[in-house]
Amino acid sequence: MKKVFSKVYLGLIFLFLYAPLIVMVLISFNSGDSTTQIEGFSLKWYREIFRDHGTLQAFRNTLVLSVLAAVLATVIGTLAAVGIHKMRSKRLRSAVMTVTNIPMMNPDIVTGISLMLLFVFAARMLNLETTLSFYTLLIAHITFCLPYVILNVLPKLRQMDKNLPEAAQDLGCTPLQSFFKVELPFIMPSVWTAMIMAFTLSFDDFVISNFTSGSSYETLTIHIYSMIKKSVKPNIYSLSTIVFFAVLVLLIVYNFTDSADDRRERAIERANLRRERRLRKERGELVEE
Amino acid sequence: MKNRRTGNLAAAPHVVWSILFIIAPLLFVLYYTLTDPEGGFTLENISRLFTGNYVLIFLNSLCLALIATVICLALAYPLAYLIASMKQRRQKIVILLIMLPLWMNFLITTYSWMTLLEDTGVINTLLAKIGLDPVHMINTPGAVICGMVFCFFPYMVLPIYSVMAGIDPKLVEAAKDLGCSDAQVMTRVIMPLSLSGVISGITMVFVPSVSTFYISQKLGGGSFQLIGDTIESYFTGTAINFHFGAALSLVLMVLILLSMAVMNRFTDEETAMERRPML
Amino acid sequence: MEKHKIIELKGICKSYGGEKVLSDISLDIYDNEFVTMLGPSGCGKTTTLRIIAGFEHPDKGSVYFDGKDITALPPYQRHVNTVFQKYALFPHLNVYENIAFGLRVAKRPEEEIREQVKEMLRLVNLSSFEKRHVTTLSGGQQQRVAIARALINKPRVLLLDEPLGALDLKLRKDMQQELKNIRKQTGITFIYVTHDQEEALSLSDRVIVMNAGEIQQVGAPIDIYNEPVNAYVADFIGESNILDGVMLEDYKVRLAGHTFDCVDKGFEANEPVDVVIRPEDVDVVAPEKGMLTGLVTQVTFMGVHYEIIVEIDHFKWMIQTTDYVAPDSRIGIYIEPDAFHVMKKSEYSDLFGDYSSYSFEHELLSENVDEEALEE
Repeated sequence: MKKVFSKVYLGLIFLFLYAPLIVMVLISFNSGDSTTQIEGFSLKWYREIFRDHGTLQAFRNTLVLSVLAAVLATVIGTLAAVGIHKMRSKRLRSAVMTVTNIPMMNPDIVTGISLMLLFVFAARMLNLETTLSFYTLLIAHITFCLPYVILNVLPKLRQMDKNLPEAAQDLGCTPLQSFFKVELPFIMPSVWTAMIMAFTLSFDDFVISNFTSGSSYETLTIHIYSMIKKSVKPNIYSLSTIVFFAVLVLLIVYNFTDSADDRRERAIERANLRRERRLRKERGELVEE
Repeated sequence: MKNRRTGNLAAAPHVVWSILFIIAPLLFVLYYTLTDPEGGFTLENISRLFTGNYVLIFLNSLCLALIATVICLALAYPLAYLIASMKQRRQKIVILLIMLPLWMNFLITTYSWMTLLEDTGVINTLLAKIGLDPVHMINTPGAVICGMVFCFFPYMVLPIYSVMAGIDPKLVEAAKDLGCSDAQVMTRVIMPLSLSGVISGITMVFVPSVSTFYISQKLGGGSFQLIGDTIESYFTGTAINFHFGAALSLVLMVLILLSMAVMNRFTDEETAMERRPML
Repeated sequence: MEKHKIIELKGICKSYGGEKVLSDISLDIYDNEFVTMLGPSGCGKTTTLRIIAGFEHPDKGSVYFDGKDITALPPYQRHVNTVFQKYALFPHLNVYENIAFGLRVAKRPEEEIREQVKEMLRLVNLSSFEKRHVTTLSGGQQQRVAIARALINKPRVLLLDEPLGALDLKLRKDMQQELKNIRKQTGITFIYVTHDQEEALSLSDRVIVMNAGEIQQVGAPIDIYNEPVNAYVADFIGESNILDGVMLEDYKVRLAGHTFDCVDKGFEANEPVDVVIRPEDVDVVAPEKGMLTGLVTQVTFMGVHYEIIVEIDHFKWMIQTTDYVAPDSRIGIYIEPDAFHVMKKSEYSDLFGDYSSYSFEHELLSENVDEEALEE
């Protein structure tokens, strides 16, 4: 009874979460122009993607922006995490963390307009002709990615045995060498995760971009938004469907090769143990542990 | 001593960045709130907040966001418990599936909801097929709430789930050993322990809900304005007024920071922030 | 032969946040000796070691290495290497690369590195493990890797911070033996930190007993055991009954209402003193033959011997005996003159030595509390 109930519950939740996605996929294959009525099957909207230069350009813009924002935010954020981790003064550390958290606590719309006001003011001071550009967008994206990077890397640093960098220095590393040879390799997995996360945050962002991008550099979300204001073309659905399945495949690969690695490692471990035990037995030693 | 210096140096770019692009912009919000277009000091932007229907808009937004948050919590809590009691491997898959819609652009999914909810949309077509009367759903507060719940639901599930998954099963055994019934285990052990996850879930759903603008535009059909729509219209719309827009944002921000401060009294702030879902 | 002083600490002081951790530590360490710093958690022994390694800087005082002042040198410029308590092996490198780390940093030729690593692996008996990942090793194996990694740099001094603390008893004993062998083979000075007095006594050439940031006593293990300078050392090293006494004159000490012959001298007439009598030095005899008599209140079988608590004149003595004694029986005790060790009164007098509240659990508990307190 309980099992049936939980299965039904899970099913309903998934229906709710996936209904719009199913609609999206269906409309992407629609033969008509409508985004509400499904008429028949066709791939014409997929072909249409490659003819729609505006959308393609926006897609390229978004990729360039997200990659740059992710890389820069990861570099600044990782350094910041290392610095914050080493800060001895508790007050300083909590002050820095509080400021770091602001873009996460604040509604995106406030972050967006606060940056916009800064840019507007700065442009007026510097007598610039264009206020909002690729660079303002990049600054905004780095700003809202930073806290996520820092909060991803910091726990990994805390996990690190604090003797580890000391051991490296003990063996002759300068503090800088110890960072690159020992600390960075240790935190690298979470640095990668942070970078992927920053990329997806940046790629998906609409609210902040809406206030910090000028007409000279349109991202995909801005492009879609401007389209939705009039009427959206189904080729956006096709593009989203492609992105969705790309993400799905990536996630599956990411999650399941991971466990395959684990499995391989465990197998090696077992084999080693077996070999060792055999060797010991041959030597007539007791099996310890 | 050396460590200390290099340590602070590593954080320096971030500190400079934060001052320039986090603190300074917020000061500009304050600056614009207190000035008029000529740059003179004025309190008019603030007093204007109490005219017209701005107070009503604020209350409306808070109300809708609150309802969406409560629905999310009511749906997510049992779900998180359900997932946390599954086998490890299944947990991973189900969580992945719940996260997956987050990877989709909200604009697109919101637009899909329009398709679903319209008077001649998918749901009403299906209802007609089984012989039921059509239900008017689009352009109602219900549709907006539905959109909010959809967009931010995973942010409620994840923190609660990760706290629950971290509860040592031995604690449950210990509680039963000490005479707790299943219901008592829930109310006396699991609920108190998962409180911090609930708190961060609530903030993560409430904040974006209260400030959203595209959901209400699309699913509310502009029939009623939320605070996010109002702010947006003063910055990118036709009636541009940065100064009054800044005043509105300032009030929104203060409201949210206040409610977060109240929330955080229940939980340790630093760990709550770290429990935000990360991939 | 004149012993060569390799490390010299002069007047080292260190405090953390206003709390004094080390107060005025001065210490000489000689070439080719095995020195152990012994004391309870929080006594400052690890801090002293970290100051020698260069991880901490003293607030006051200097560190000399080979006669040169190295107080300001960073760790990577010092000719000492450390074996850390939890090994601190690099988790992203395998056994081979962990051991090769120091040589790689020094940019030595590949050929030399390979040779040296092989030699080190042989030294610590891990020859077949070079490709293994360090996280797949047992505690004992990780320990060996940590030692090899430190030794490959050919340090003049090896610092070991409770290196066997995480191992179980049997493995500990094996590793102790192995450490002795390694030291014999390499001839390097070992500075070893532990809170385990048995380990300290069995391994070292010299033991430095520390408490509350101060050195209590420095000496060969046997001297420290037989001639503790104060009640603290007597209590910390081995079991001891510590009684208030009065030194009547040379070779005559009065305690527990009796006057005994002893072998100590050089005190003032009628000077109050602390007297240590080790439990194994007390012989159990029939009540009528005893110098003192008392009531047996507790008997515990320990394997090799019995540990009995005897109440004599309101003071509870611990006595170790191989013969069974029934609880609640009266016994007499006999003590040879050389079993009395007379010490001057110190700040530690009256704090230790009575077994009235003695129990094993109590001792275990207090030890655990100490360790937790250390974990910042």
